[in-house]
Amino acid sequence: MSANKETFGKTVGFVFAVCLVCALLVSFAAVQLKPLQTANKLLDQQTKILEAAGLLEKTDGTSASIKATYKQFVEARMIDLDSGEFVEGNPDLFDERRNSRDKAKSDKPENDLAGINRRSHDAVIYLVRDGAGSVETVVFPMVGSGLWDLMYAYVGVEADLNTIRNVIYTAEMKETPGLGAEVLNPAWIALWPGKKIFDEENQVRVELVKGGVKAGNPYEAYQVDGLSGATLTANGVTRTFQFWFGQEGYEPFIAKYRNGGLN
Amino acid sequence: MSADAKKVLTSPIVDNNPIALQVLGICSALAVTSSMANALVMTLAVVFVTAFSNLFISIIRNQIPSSVRIIVQMAIIASLVIVVDQVLKAFSYALSQELSVFVGLIITNCIVMGRAEAFAMKEKPGVSFMDGIGNGLGYGFILLSVAFVRELLGFGTVFGVEILPLIQNGGWYQANGLLVLPFSSFFIIGLIIWAIRQWKPEQVEKD
Repeated sequence: MSANKETFGKTVGFVFAVCLVCALLVSFAAVQLKPLQTANKLLDQQTKILEAAGLLEKTDGTSASIKATYKQFVEARMIDLDSGEFVEGNPDLFDERRNSRDKAKSDKPENDLAGINRRSHDAVIYLVRDGAGSVETVVFPMVGSGLWDLMYAYVGVEADLNTIRNVIYTAEMKETPGLGAEVLNPAWIALWPGKKIFDEENQVRVELVKGGVKAGNPYEAYQVDGLSGATLTANGVTRTFQFWFGQEGYEPFIAKYRNGGLN
Repeated sequence: MSADAKKVLTSPIVDNNPIALQVLGICSALAVTSSMANALVMTLAVVFVTAFSNLFISIIRNQIPSSVRIIVQMAIIASLVIVVDQVLKAFSYALSQELSVFVGLIITNCIVMGRAEAFAMKEKPGVSFMDGIGNGLGYGFILLSVAFVRELLGFGTVFGVEILPLIQNGGWYQANGLLVLPFSSFFIIGLIIWAIRQWKPEQVEKD
């Protein structure tokens, strides 16, 4: 056996057989686990959206209750970012990452503050209603560069489209643990509710402040403590807000509905 | 279990530890030890991969042509790693987001490859499987020790449970920022190696 196993034919045959078995194993695992993975991903997204809308406390934390609460209160709608109009389209099939790589579906921003390179024409936003059916919160997804890579977040904004309810970053980031990744720290997240995005002239004013917010200063309502040891991540967060709530982001949409009319 | 199998299973934990004595697999030991949960999942993943790659390679060891043996080993290891990654994505989405890159890098973990080449190519399947588990556990022992120190002193928690209340959360403990960064593991691994060699002087290399 061992004397003739080194022939060319046997070697090729053996390698082929090993590859076949390995490929079968891998594809079997991938296909079998796909539904679970997709469900997990969706559940994670719904959890973040509910958290941004401040509704996570209404659930008991189980996946069934998260799905039910999401279904009851949240409606995903597609908008065209340039015009700010609602457009037709299936929000479930929308994929920001795929669109922003597709030249037909995205543009290079003129002033790429968020460092995203290309911005999709459309976006999906989430209208969150109260029990009576009127819009209570709008959740805007946003993406922008931190120190190492893109960071994805959901920003829950009250119906005045100015007052922040919650800012929830997703765990899918490469920021340094203990420094930049502190954007996931509940203590930092708790600083956001009630902060304003726009000033009286409707300019984006919200920012992270190095060294902490000084009490009593005129911009206190727009300022949140920076992240100590993570100035670059904090700058990235500020610029991401400036981009996504500016002219090239959700501003056209917000301008239409800031005085009501959203339902 | 025979005495032999037992020895194969337990000796890599202290006597012949892949990290502390053979100094293999250091890179991933730096990357995944910032928290106990990460280290534990990584340990389980590596135990699974080393055990089964040793088992499968040992089963076909007499058929593998020696000219392509490394590639065949890699193919088997890589397949197992992909399976682990997929399972993690399906059952623990949050952890997989944090660990995904490092799980992929198990393929390049020298321990897996080292055991396949040095042990499974010569020994019977059963004992190779034990050897894989033993080496995975030896790796995990160091990983968890390092992660314990880093998470406790770097974040004040163990498995996410607060032990030392941090100043920023209203407690008294000032977290050690150095231990949050991956390279701090070098110091801890160094101290562990020193401690083991104090206890078992026969591990000290001769000049």
